[in-house]
Amino acid sequence: MIALLLRDLRLAVRAGGGFGLGLAFFLIVVVLVPLGVGPETALLSRIAPGILWIGALLACLLSLDRIFALDREDGTLDLLATAPLPMEGIAAVKALAHWITTGLPLVLAAPVLGVLLNLPAGGFAWLFLSLLLGTPALSVIGTFGAALTVGLKRGGLLLSLLVLPLYVPTLIFGAEVARRGAEGLAVEAPLLLLAGVSLGALALLPFASAAVLRVTLR
Amino acid sequence: MSLWEYANPVRFIRFTDRVLPPLAVLAVVCLVVGLIWGFFFTPDDYRQGSTVKIIYLHVPATLMAINAWLMMLVASIIWIVRRHHVSALAARAAAPVGATMTVIALATGAIWGQPMWGTWWAWDPRLTSFLILFLFYLGYMALWEAIENDDTAADLTSILCLVGSVFALLSRYAVNFWNQGLHQGASLSLDKEENVADVFYFPLLVCIAGFVLLFVALVFLRTQTEIRARRTRALIARERAA
Amino acid sequence: MMPDLGDYAGAVLSAYAVSLGLIVGLVVLSLWRARRVRAALDKVERRGRRT
Repeated sequence: MIALLLRDLRLAVRAGGGFGLGLAFFLIVVVLVPLGVGPETALLSRIAPGILWIGALLACLLSLDRIFALDREDGTLDLLATAPLPMEGIAAVKALAHWITTGLPLVLAAPVLGVLLNLPAGGFAWLFLSLLLGTPALSVIGTFGAALTVGLKRGGLLLSLLVLPLYVPTLIFGAEVARRGAEGLAVEAPLLLLAGVSLGALALLPFASAAVLRVTLR
Repeated sequence: MSLWEYANPVRFIRFTDRVLPPLAVLAVVCLVVGLIWGFFFTPDDYRQGSTVKIIYLHVPATLMAINAWLMMLVASIIWIVRRHHVSALAARAAAPVGATMTVIALATGAIWGQPMWGTWWAWDPRLTSFLILFLFYLGYMALWEAIENDDTAADLTSILCLVGSVFALLSRYAVNFWNQGLHQGASLSLDKEENVADVFYFPLLVCIAGFVLLFVALVFLRTQTEIRARRTRALIARERAA
Repeated sequence: MMPDLGDYAGAVLSAYAVSLGLIVGLVVLSLWRARRVRAALDKVERRGRRT
């Protein structure tokens, strides 16, 4: 399992692995929003938590189809399926690799980009924490979606259609934590719910992804 | 005679062929009676005026939109556990019906909301979760269309339906948490206080019966179609192989 | 014959029109596809019996 994780990480960091792509996309979204809604600081600081969450979510979505597509093309996935490793483990490791290469950089970059959007000073810690709790869920749910569409020729658009509705609870609770944090309100309730959604997704979805992979490779 | 006998496609088609005509007639009768009763012979509400008549479409459509997804969930579980093809195809057949019901519920709601709340759309929890439900229907149908192998498609959509149900339920509560509602409480409940008045209640019940019957009839018809389409594909494949 | 719908006639009528239109559309579409698929199956089955 660790070998598989290291291999995925190495592949992602290598040139052409698309490591920085998600980050660049995140940056572009954050730059485009003020251009679209106007440079008014008060407005920007009010919508900053939501924008940052949506930006992170879309950046996450961008790299999902890579999770299984390349492995499927060169046959690695078939080899992995015959390996002694359980399919659930493979799905979990793939999700973890996706989170380390996409989710974690986004979490680290979000506070920096928050400066661009005039995020209130109290909000930085909560934004960071909510993304840290929420992005793993985005990765596991995304892995499930990627597994569903791996066998399809043009799965890219379908992948977004399948995954985005599943992102709704995470987005709502996550953005709520960041917003309340920025406004100095109590954040315990959404924070606990966000953590609950993430942990539930982490615990259950690898099984669903594994079931899907078994069907696809049949 | 157990329910599982209808898992046999031939028996299912024979049974539904027999049941479909009376079912369709009954559905049309209920709908016509309920809607005419509601439209022509109920008084206006003292606050809502004549817009109260929209309830006869809105409430049944909403009920069926949710129950169609529930039916798909049950059918998906039956497919996963017992692998009856009819079950998987019934889930596939129900999805467009459910999606249409969702659109009706949203459209009538918007048309009612415009004069009553002064807005077509509000990001109210009930409205928002219905929109999300519609997205789930879209994704489910798109996945069915995208996969060529029938059994793979049935398996994957069933799993999506299971996972989707959990997340749809989660979204429902998440959305509740996110915004306070504008929408009124339940129109139909055992708690009398909350209920709509009797004059509206009885035609509404007839309309609901009509929608349920219509849904069942449509699902039977569409499941038959799916079974036949599948058999056609199988026969053509066999011809090619021979 | 027509009940007095008051100020909201447009809203009520358009709600009925939209809903009934959608339902009829769905039914017609289902029936049309059922007929087509049934015809296709009949054709294939007859062809299969002849050979």
